[in-house]
Amino acid sequence: MSRDVTSEVLAFIVSRFPQAEVTESEDIFSLGYVNSLFAMELVMFLEKTFEITIPNEELRIDNFRTALAMADLIGRRSADAVGIAP
Amino acid sequence: MSTAYEVTSEEEAAGRSHLRSFDRGAVREFVDRHIVPFADMYDRLGRIPDELLDRIAEAGLWAPFLSAEVGGAGLDMVTLGRVHEEVGRGCSSVRSLLTVHTMLAWAVQRWGSPAQRERWLPEVAAGRTLGAFCLSEPGAGSDAAGIVTTAVDHRGGWRLNGTKTWVTGGQRAELFLVFARTATSIGAFLVPRSTSGVSVQPIDDMLGTRASMLAEITFRDVLLDADALLGPSGFTAGMVLTGTLDLGRYSVAAGSVGIIQACLDACAAYTATRTVGGTQLRHLPLIQAKISDMVTDVRAARMLVEEAGRLKDAGDADTIMATWVAKYFASTAAARHAGEAVQVHGAGGCSPRHPVARLYRDSKVMEIIEGSNEIQRLTIAAAAYQGRAA
Repeated sequence: MSRDVTSEVLAFIVSRFPQAEVTESEDIFSLGYVNSLFAMELVMFLEKTFEITIPNEELRIDNFRTALAMADLIGRRSADAVGIAP
Repeated sequence: MSTAYEVTSEEEAAGRSHLRSFDRGAVREFVDRHIVPFADMYDRLGRIPDELLDRIAEAGLWAPFLSAEVGGAGLDMVTLGRVHEEVGRGCSSVRSLLTVHTMLAWAVQRWGSPAQRERWLPEVAAGRTLGAFCLSEPGAGSDAAGIVTTAVDHRGGWRLNGTKTWVTGGQRAELFLVFARTATSIGAFLVPRSTSGVSVQPIDDMLGTRASMLAEITFRDVLLDADALLGPSGFTAGMVLTGTLDLGRYSVAAGSVGIIQACLDACAAYTATRTVGGTQLRHLPLIQAKISDMVTDVRAARMLVEEAGRLKDAGDADTIMATWVAKYFASTAAARHAGEAVQVHGAGGCSPRHPVARLYRDSKVMEIIEGSNEIQRLTIAAAAYQGRAA
């Protein structure tokens, strides 16, 4: 079963910041909502939902700037998983 | 009758006391034997003796959540919370030392490089190296973004300058997790106490947790290797602080449950024997009202802590808010019931003859550390508006 990773990431962001109208390619940092609490929640969400581990070297801002970038990151980290279509 | 807390005759003779399991009964037995009878003495001394610190190490209680490969027991967070509750029931100063050590150990496990984990985790798992958490400064408490301690690039490493205060365990710890401002963010640094330029000034005569060996620590031109920096740099650096404080908050919440339980135990015992006008206090409706509220709140607080623990074990991001709620509820309930516990004990409750005076002083601290109640309420209220447009 394939998953729409980008949509799931977007849904999480909107659940935290419903006032934001975020597209998959929009820079979430430019919206001004990102703080350390959200960053922590976001990483925990990605690791739990997609059953991946994000090592320190992948915790770069460019990997989290957009939903598409996060989907790419998830795709790289879940290379062993079957059926995930970023 | 067998017990989860067992020692062999050889261990007993050697003064050792290994825990055979970390279930509540085993830890309770350890606490009742090694902590409860001495907690008031620790409070008066203003320190925890090395003998107890060693016993905690031998029991494997310093960081049992670490993996077995580094000497831990791979304990889940729900059970860890129960451990901290039981220790908190016995002595909040001891639990405070567990809290800050836990924060450092978890941070190294979660964010450390392979070299950092190899260097420090066996040490902190065994309790050979005790950790402390250095965030607050003379001019920055709740406002963590206001810290002025700096870590500046210096010949491929770092030069650290600044002063940290209210450092729990600072008098005794050998490894400090220090938060400092870098050129790009706030970074976390592992600083051994033995590093040149580190000086420790004890802080005594606090209101509560008087035996938690607080210190003010000054870092003056402390030179560190590049690998002293813990975790990522850049935008995610704040996650080290957020995650570490979250775990500290969880421990304080659990310890606050322990305080409520200790208040309940003390009041139930006292009111069952103390009489007024020929009637045991336990039969007076106003006493029963206080006892019933303690029973209710300790169960509610315990459930909130366990919920936060379950979410941590599941890796669920909702654990952060659940922990805020648990800490807020448990700490305020602890302060409220500790006040009532003193009231129930009358003049004796204001004296060193009963533990409730210590519980009362310790409970106040719970409302301030790891996020004051005011900050907690702001954060919790903000969550109420998630899902609603501004």
